[in-house]
Amino acid sequence: MTIGGHFTYFITIFLMIAGLFIVIARGNLIKKLVGLGIFQTSVYLLYLAPAKLVGGTAPILSPAFTIYSNPLPHVLILTAIVVGVATLALGLALVVRIREGYDTIEEDEILALDAARDREAQAS
Amino acid sequence: MKNDLILRVIAKLLIPFIVMFAVYVQFHGDFGPGGGFQAGVILAAAVIFYALIYGLADARKVVPESVVESMMALGVLLYVGVGIAGLLLGGNFLDYFVLDPDPVHGQHRGIFWVEAGVAITVSGVMLKIFYMFADRGKADE
Amino acid sequence: MTLSAHLPALQVVVPLVAAPLTVLLRGGRLPYLVALTSSWIALVIAVLLWRQVDSGGTLSYAMGSWPPPWGIEYRVDRLTAFLLVLVSAIAALVLPYSRASIEREVPRPQHYLFYTMFVLCLAGLLGISITGDAFNIFVFLEVSSLSTYVLIALGRDRRALMAAYQYLIMGTIGATFIVIGIGLLYLMTGTLNLADMGQRLAEVQGTRPVLAALAFLTVGISLKLALFPLHQWLPDAYTHAPSAVSSFLAATATKVAVYVLIRFYFSVFGASQVFAHLPMQEMMLLLALAGMFAASTIAIFQSDLKRLFAYSSVAQIGYIILGLSFNSINGLTATIVHLFNHGVTKGAIFMLLGAVAMVMGGSTLARIQGLGKRMPLVSIGIVICGLSLIGVPGTAGFISKWYLLLAAIEQGQWWLVFLILLSSLLAVIYVWRFVEAAYFREPRQDIDATAAVPWSMGVPAALLVAATVYFGLDTSFTIGSASQAAAALQGGLR
Repeated sequence: MTIGGHFTYFITIFLMIAGLFIVIARGNLIKKLVGLGIFQTSVYLLYLAPAKLVGGTAPILSPAFTIYSNPLPHVLILTAIVVGVATLALGLALVVRIREGYDTIEEDEILALDAARDREAQAS
Repeated sequence: MKNDLILRVIAKLLIPFIVMFAVYVQFHGDFGPGGGFQAGVILAAAVIFYALIYGLADARKVVPESVVESMMALGVLLYVGVGIAGLLLGGNFLDYFVLDPDPVHGQHRGIFWVEAGVAITVSGVMLKIFYMFADRGKADE
Repeated sequence: MTLSAHLPALQVVVPLVAAPLTVLLRGGRLPYLVALTSSWIALVIAVLLWRQVDSGGTLSYAMGSWPPPWGIEYRVDRLTAFLLVLVSAIAALVLPYSRASIEREVPRPQHYLFYTMFVLCLAGLLGISITGDAFNIFVFLEVSSLSTYVLIALGRDRRALMAAYQYLIMGTIGATFIVIGIGLLYLMTGTLNLADMGQRLAEVQGTRPVLAALAFLTVGISLKLALFPLHQWLPDAYTHAPSAVSSFLAATATKVAVYVLIRFYFSVFGASQVFAHLPMQEMMLLLALAGMFAASTIAIFQSDLKRLFAYSSVAQIGYIILGLSFNSINGLTATIVHLFNHGVTKGAIFMLLGAVAMVMGGSTLARIQGLGKRMPLVSIGIVICGLSLIGVPGTAGFISKWYLLLAAIEQGQWWLVFLILLSSLLAVIYVWRFVEAAYFREPRQDIDATAAVPWSMGVPAALLVAATVYFGLDTSFTIGSASQAAAALQGGLR
C-alpha cells in the first residue's frame, strides 16, 4: 500500500476528522458551520476519488476508447453539494436570527443567557 | 460604490458577459461541466454584482422581490410539470422517452426543460437569500 | 392510462406540487386549503396503496421508465405501506389543527411559509418510506430534515432558534454519516438500488468496508432517531417548536428514521450479517435499556409538560429499538407496531398540550394546576394517552409492550421482562405528576383561562385519542400489517 496511491483517502480522513473536531470543539456558531462544511467536503472526496478509473477517459461515448470514468458519483455529489449549500444557507440564516435575539453568537454565552432567564422564570 | 467611476464602467461592461456565460453553462451541461444549478448561481451572481455596485434599491427595481419569490416556485413547478407531462403522455412519472416520437430526442427535451426549471429556482433562491441578508442590520445603522 | 398504476409516484408528487403552489398563492386562506387538500389526497393514496399491497404483494414502480437497477425504483411492500398510512394520516389530522394553533404561535406574514415547509416535510417523509434507491433516501431525508429545521425555528421563543440550530448541526452530521455509509456500500456493490444491493452484498459479507458502512449507517440513523446518547436535540426541539410542529414531528420524524434502519438492516445487509459480525444485538440492547431508564428518569424531574413528554419520546424510542435487538419475528413485530402506536399517542399528547398552552398561556406544571376543573376533556385525553405510554391494557401502548414481553419470554430473558415492567413503573411516575397537578390542586386565580379550544383543534386531537384506545382494542390493522411485514423482512424476502 503506497501512500501516494491512496493519497486522496488520507486527505478524506484528515478532512473528516478536522471537520468533526471543529464542530465539537468550537463554541462560535459560525465556526461550527464551517466545520460542518469541511466535513461534508471530505464526503464528496470519498465518492469522487474512486470514480476516476485508471486509464479511464471522460464518460462520452467514442469508438476510440474502451475505459470510461464513472459519471454516477459526480451526479450524486452534485446533489450532495446542493444539499450542503442549502444546509449552510439555513444555518447562517438561523445564526443571523440568533444574533438578533441574543446579541451574541458564542454558544456558552447563549446557554448562560438561557439559564439566567430560566432562573428568573422559576423565581417569579 | 455608485459614485466610483471605474467600478461602474467595469460593472456595466462585465455584467452582460456574466449573464451570457450563465446561459452558456446552462446549455453545455450535456457536454462539459455545467447544468442548471451552476448556471443559476452564475446568473444570481450577475445580479448580486449589480446590487453591490449600484445599491440594493436599484437591484430591487431591476429584479423585484415578488419576481424572485415567484421564480423559486415556478422552477419547481416546471420540473414537476415535465414529470407530469411524461405521465399524461403514457409513460411513468419523469419519463423522457415519451416526450417526442424519437426517444433519444425525447431525452434531450426532457433534460432541457428540467435543467431550465432548476436554473430558474436556483437563481431565485440565491437572489432571495441575498435580498434577505443584505439589508438586515442596515436598519440599526 | 390508469391512475392507479401511478399511485407510488403520485404519493410523493402531490405534496411536492403543493409546496410551490402555497408559495405562489401567498395570502388569505388558499395556502391552507392547498396544503389541506394535498395532505388528504396523500392519505387517500396511502390507503389505496395499502390495499393494493395487502391483496397483491410488493409493488414496484420505475421512475422515468428506466428499469431497475439502472433507474430509481419506488418499492411499496407491507412495511412501507403501513408507514405511509401512519405519516399521511398524522399529517391529515395535524393540518386542520395547525390552522388555529399557528394563529397564536407564528406571525401572520409567515403563515403561508409554514404550510410550504409542512407539505415539503410531508413529501420528504413519504419519499423516504416509498423509495427503493439508497441515495434517494438521503435526498428525501435532507428534504424533510431541512424543512423540519425551519418548522422548529418558527416557534415563538428565541430558544426555538437555538433548538433548530442544534438540530441542524446534529442532523446534518447524522445525514452525512448516512451518506458515507451509502458511499461505502456503493463502492463495494456498484449499485444503489436497495434490493440489488442486498443481493450483491451476499458475496462481500464481512469485509471491512461493509462493516464500516454498517457502523456509519447505524450511527447516522441513530442520530436521526434520537437513540439514547444521541438524543440531545430532541427535548429542546419538541419543547420550543410550535405545537402543531411538535405533534407532527413526535409522531412521524423519528418513526421514519426507524424505518430506514429496519430497511437497511433487513433488506440490504440481511439479519444474519448485521448481528453476526458486529455485536449489534448487545449494543442495541444496552442503548435501548439506557434510553428507557435514563430518559424516563429525567422526564420525572421536568417541570414543563412539553419537555416531560419529549423525554418520554426518547424512552419510547428505546422500546422500539429494544424490539429490534431481539432479532426475532415477535421483536420486529413489536418494533413496527410501536412505530404506529407511539406515533398516534404522542401526536395526540402534543396536540392536547398545544390546546392547554393556548388556554392557560403555557404548559408548565405550575400553570396547569387544576386543569381537571378548567379543561376536563383535555385532561382526560392526556390521561388516556398517558395510560397508553405506561402500557395499560385497553390502550395501544399495551399491544406493543405485550409483543415486547412475548419476544423476551420466548428467548428466555426473564431479567429483560422485569426491566421492561420496571420502566413502565417509571412512566407511571411521570404521568402521575400530570395527574397530581391537574386533579389534586386548585386552579390558580391569576391566570385567565376563558379562551375556548376551537373545533378545528379539538376534533383532530379527539380523533387521535380515540385512535389510541381503538388500536388497543382492535389490532387487526396494526398487528396484521406489522406481523406480516416482520415475517417478510425476517425471512429475507422483500
